[in-house]
Amino acid sequence: MNEAVMDKNAPYVTEDGRQIGGVMMDLRDITLRFGGVEAIKAISFDIREGEIRAIIGPNGAGKSSMLNVISGFYKPQEGEVYFRGQKRPPMKPYQVARQGVARTFQNIALFQGMSVLDNVMTGRMGHIKSNMLAQAIWAGKAQREENENREAVERIIDFLEIQAIRKTPVGRLPYGLKKRVELARALAAEPDLLLLDEPMAGMNVEEKEDMSRFILDVNDEFGTTIALIEHDMGVVMDLSDRVVVMDYGRKIGDGTPDEVRNNQEVIDAYLGVAHD
Amino acid sequence: MLYREAGDFKTTYVADNQTFPLKLDRIGFWVTMAVAWLVIPFVINDYWASSLLVPFLIYAIAAIGLNILTGYCGQVSLGTGGFMAVGAYACYKLMTSFPDVNIMIHIVLAGGITAMVGAAFGLPSLRIKGFYLAVATLAAQFFLVWLFNKVSWFYNYSASGQISAPERLVAGVAVTGPSTPAWAQYLICLFFVTVCAIIARNLTRGTLGRSWMAIRDMDIAAEIIGVNPLKAKLTAFAVSSFFVGIAGALFFAVYLGAVEVGEAFGIQKSFLVLFMIIIGGLGSIFGSFAGAAFLVLLPVALKWIGVDVMGWPTDLVAHFQLVIVGALIMFFLIKEPHGLAQLWRLAKEKLRLWPFPH
Repeated sequence: MNEAVMDKNAPYVTEDGRQIGGVMMDLRDITLRFGGVEAIKAISFDIREGEIRAIIGPNGAGKSSMLNVISGFYKPQEGEVYFRGQKRPPMKPYQVARQGVARTFQNIALFQGMSVLDNVMTGRMGHIKSNMLAQAIWAGKAQREENENREAVERIIDFLEIQAIRKTPVGRLPYGLKKRVELARALAAEPDLLLLDEPMAGMNVEEKEDMSRFILDVNDEFGTTIALIEHDMGVVMDLSDRVVVMDYGRKIGDGTPDEVRNNQEVIDAYLGVAHD
Repeated sequence: MLYREAGDFKTTYVADNQTFPLKLDRIGFWVTMAVAWLVIPFVINDYWASSLLVPFLIYAIAAIGLNILTGYCGQVSLGTGGFMAVGAYACYKLMTSFPDVNIMIHIVLAGGITAMVGAAFGLPSLRIKGFYLAVATLAAQFFLVWLFNKVSWFYNYSASGQISAPERLVAGVAVTGPSTPAWAQYLICLFFVTVCAIIARNLTRGTLGRSWMAIRDMDIAAEIIGVNPLKAKLTAFAVSSFFVGIAGALFFAVYLGAVEVGEAFGIQKSFLVLFMIIIGGLGSIFGSFAGAAFLVLLPVALKWIGVDVMGWPTDLVAHFQLVIVGALIMFFLIKEPHGLAQLWRLAKEKLRLWPFPH
């Protein structure tokens, strides 16, 4: 190995030809407490531009809390979040979203009373500039903007192959499609960083394959950086470039899938160790 | 068979986004508008105006307003009566302070003042939701009524504590005061209903409406995907109160003419408008109209059946009326919790297949 590859922050090209850039989001010594419970204990890791980063760990390890810290929903008591090289000041979740961080949820969090189209259009919230008055008259800038957003949303709908259910209320959709609509809503924001909280939970093999394909396509075509939580090890090892392993709020492993797979601590956490 | 979308293709997003995507619906809308604007003004009489059409139109505005807040944004409000009172008193103060300014401007300004008051009372919604918010708005209701009773500046120190609308003209015709012709009363209300409904429709089908509905359906997710909850909730309160304020101004200036705040804008009014949107359909502009029509029409229809058809004594009918209205509301809530708007949607789906239901 030459020097450039040894430097862990240097850009490189993956085996399948994707460009991985520098560090996009850097989490330093994040500690999150709920009262006396330490959900996350001084965890540091980074997410690099263009990569697929998986966060894995047993139930209750603090993975979802970590995602909530990244999306600004939880405020960690200690530690800093660096986004694109700059320290992120305390922010509301919607401000984080407008910086280019979008996410999906573990339990589907779609807007039940709205159609698929309206749900996905809501993802464009950060791209709206027209004011209330223009929207009330429905002319000029507001209408132009509506049509531009609609075009962008239609591209996503096309991409995720959900054209047929465009006008269906989301409440009527089966589970797998709801997950896909949620992904569409996150993608509609044209995020730089996409957070997926168990995108394949509760799916059958076929649906998992579809979803995996979509995740890879998103990463490949839009160059979106992806951080995902997933329990299906096969999926994680296949999809991700690097993996963070958490257990009881601590980081016990970090590296490529192969490195993580052979890490003794990780094996112990997943398979358990004999107590004597 | 007659009513269907087959063959009705859209080639632009503008066409796809229009209010009535189906041609038949568009025709129906324009026919309704033509009848409302071109036929009714010529045939209307005092009885029709004062007992049916004018209250229907005014309540429709109030119902649209409350529907934006409760139906679209999910914030329960029991302060509608109080906000109508703000509109009425704002209109009264403007009319008496600036007698030379056109009443139409006063009514719009009264709506604007109510919007500001509504946004201020909407501030608690940033912290509390559901029943607790309902109680907070209930406090607004009682506080506002108390305020307009207590501070005599609001009713220009009149001995009775009432406010009464002086005569004001629009294009040479009186629209307020005792000598107002029925058709003028009707037309001014119709004008405001039309404008309000169009604005409400435009807002609810666009970005702002989506942010309201996102807050209603799942507020945490909405915030995480980029909806500013502060802005969404406060705009909902402001826009809602704007409409409710206009309804209050019209109710006072055009419909009643003279008002005592506790009587005209008490808690019963808040509940009446809330019933309208629940029966009509939450989150539907059409439902606001349907609910207003239902609750304005029902007592009149019951009275007509009881007194004129059955020949019962008036007081008996008046008491029965309360029982029947209450029973019907319960019946509706059990049979169709999504209101008349949902019944209408179901009827349309049936119509698409009629007369071959398979």
